[in-house]
Amino acid sequence: MVQFPENKIKKVQEIIARYPEGKQKSALIPVLHLAQEEFGWLSSETMDYVASLLKLEPIEVYEVATFYSMYNLKPVGRYMFEVCQTGPCMLRGSDNIIEYIGQKLGIKPGETTADGLFTLKTVECLGACGYAPMMQMGKFYREHLTKEKVDAIIDECRTKASTLN
Amino acid sequence: MSKKLLLEKAHVEGIRTYDVYRREGGYRSVEKALKTMSPDQITEEVKKSGLRGRGGAGFPTGLKWSFLAKPAGVPRYLVCNSDESEPGTFKDRYLMEFIPHLLVEGLIVSSFALGSNRTFIYIRGEYAWIVDILEQAIEEAKANGWLGKNILGSGFDCEIYVQRGAGAYICGEETALIESLEGKRGNPRIKPPFPAVKGVWDSPTVVNNVETIAAVVPIINIGAEEYLKIGVGKSTGTKLISACGNINKPGVYEIDMTISVEEFIYSDEYCGGIPNGKKLKACIPGGSSVPILPTNLLLKTAKGETRYMNYESLSDGGFATGSMMGSGGFIVFDEDQCVVRHTLTLARFYRHESCGQCSPCREGTGWMEKILKNIEYGKGKMSDIDLLWDIQRKIEGNTICPLGDAAAWPVAAAIRHFRDEFEWHVNNPDECQKRNYGLAHYADPRPLAVPA
Ligand code: FES
Repeated sequence: MVQFPENKIKKVQEIIARYPEGKQKSALIPVLHLAQEEFGWLSSETMDYVASLLKLEPIEVYEVATFYSMYNLKPVGRYMFEVCQTGPCMLRGSDNIIEYIGQKLGIKPGETTADGLFTLKTVECLGACGYAPMMQMGKFYREHLTKEKVDAIIDECRTKASTLN
Repeated sequence: MSKKLLLEKAHVEGIRTYDVYRREGGYRSVEKALKTMSPDQITEEVKKSGLRGRGGAGFPTGLKWSFLAKPAGVPRYLVCNSDESEPGTFKDRYLMEFIPHLLVEGLIVSSFALGSNRTFIYIRGEYAWIVDILEQAIEEAKANGWLGKNILGSGFDCEIYVQRGAGAYICGEETALIESLEGKRGNPRIKPPFPAVKGVWDSPTVVNNVETIAAVVPIINIGAEEYLKIGVGKSTGTKLISACGNINKPGVYEIDMTISVEEFIYSDEYCGGIPNGKKLKACIPGGSSVPILPTNLLLKTAKGETRYMNYESLSDGGFATGSMMGSGGFIVFDEDQCVVRHTLTLARFYRHESCGQCSPCREGTGWMEKILKNIEYGKGKMSDIDLLWDIQRKIEGNTICPLGDAAAWPVAAAIRHFRDEFEWHVNNPDECQKRNYGLAHYADPRPLAVPA
């Protein structure tokens, strides 16, 4: 069963308290972030759970979850490389970086490696155009990407994953 | 050296922390405003300063504030638009990341002026780590008595909360942002009613950009009179420009709006010129939505005058031969870049970001992407160029929100100024896969327009 741990329930209460009485629907987007953090992606069970937490109809959650690009509606790899492909990054060689990562991991944008470690995704401008090419990985940005840097990041993830397993 | 009002202290060691920020003179504007000024006086001061919204539209901030409805017994809200998503733009991120207390300080003064006891910072979801930086700053401000109940004994209560978005460019549009803050899809609302009357939770609301709010701090500190003296004409104060693309020194620069575009690109104080001795081909001076200009219209206006980095000069010539200051996202192209390909990435961007409410935008952005893709990959026909022109014309002005215009303008300007590059793609389907059109005549001096 889908269930937040104690500390996340507390966090949800804190978020709801920011809004006027009865406006807890405003907590939906932040709470979906919490859910994705906790469960990795948003299954319909998870969304139903969020609906019950905020006293919303499930459809109110689905329509929001499907609108925003940061929510994963299917499982993703442990490490997601979200590489920006918009114009300013393109001017600094993002096409090559996307191609290189794809080759190196043997996947196309939108796919996950068979071992479930990596997902490659192309995204639109992340507000790092001056530090291009770049990608988001989890909470942080990796900027000024080169092939060497990509190699190092992949190694770093593999090492991290092997110590976690 | 340009005068700096916002980023002057951004590189002082430890400025992110309250103690250092305060020691460097932080929160003085809150003291001045709450102890010696009335909310209306602050609004007047902001009006007098000539400050224009720094998000892109350039609407006078003081005027916007004065439209806020104030029915008795109804709460009012200030929402800070930190949903910075216009390709080429990363100035707000810089400000929030390096000098977060400046935003918090500006928000307290502005909240007092507008009577907002509950103020929200709506930040794009991808800036996840900046949420922590801002929340830390807010906590410190609160611990030191600048937020909470009865601030400085003024009787004014205020809390600031950070709300994360989740990936949607459209939420930078103020009514979409409000919808999103209410926990809904970011579908822009039909105006009127304007947010100033009916905004978040149906209450009167002001939505202001990060840089706009930050600028309130120096306006209160030095006074509107002094602020006005910086800059030129209706471009008062300083402006943050985020420069990117093919330049030696990409980054965020604070300029007083008196320098020329040429100086901004080539001087070592700013972009530091084009790398590898390449030549300048084109530039989008104000974020992806504003018209792209070839070098010969960028550095000089059609009248042959020097073009400056300010609202009036950048838009000199209208859309026929000028562009816009927009969000200050300054995108530079060197001679090797392909305008068709760049335009294609922007068309894809707008198709991806269209909320889908209005058919001209929902369908039109997809068509434009498809046609541009064909041209870029050597499968285009000559008639496609006119078709593209026709589609963008039919999107512009026919949508609820400005995203339609924002999607149409880059395509229109690319065809207007770089039509022969599009035609070259159509006529050379194989060659265009191997090389780019190059600089061509885009930097050549133009014949002066005959004055009407
Ligand atoms: S275009 Fe890639 S971060 Fe802006």
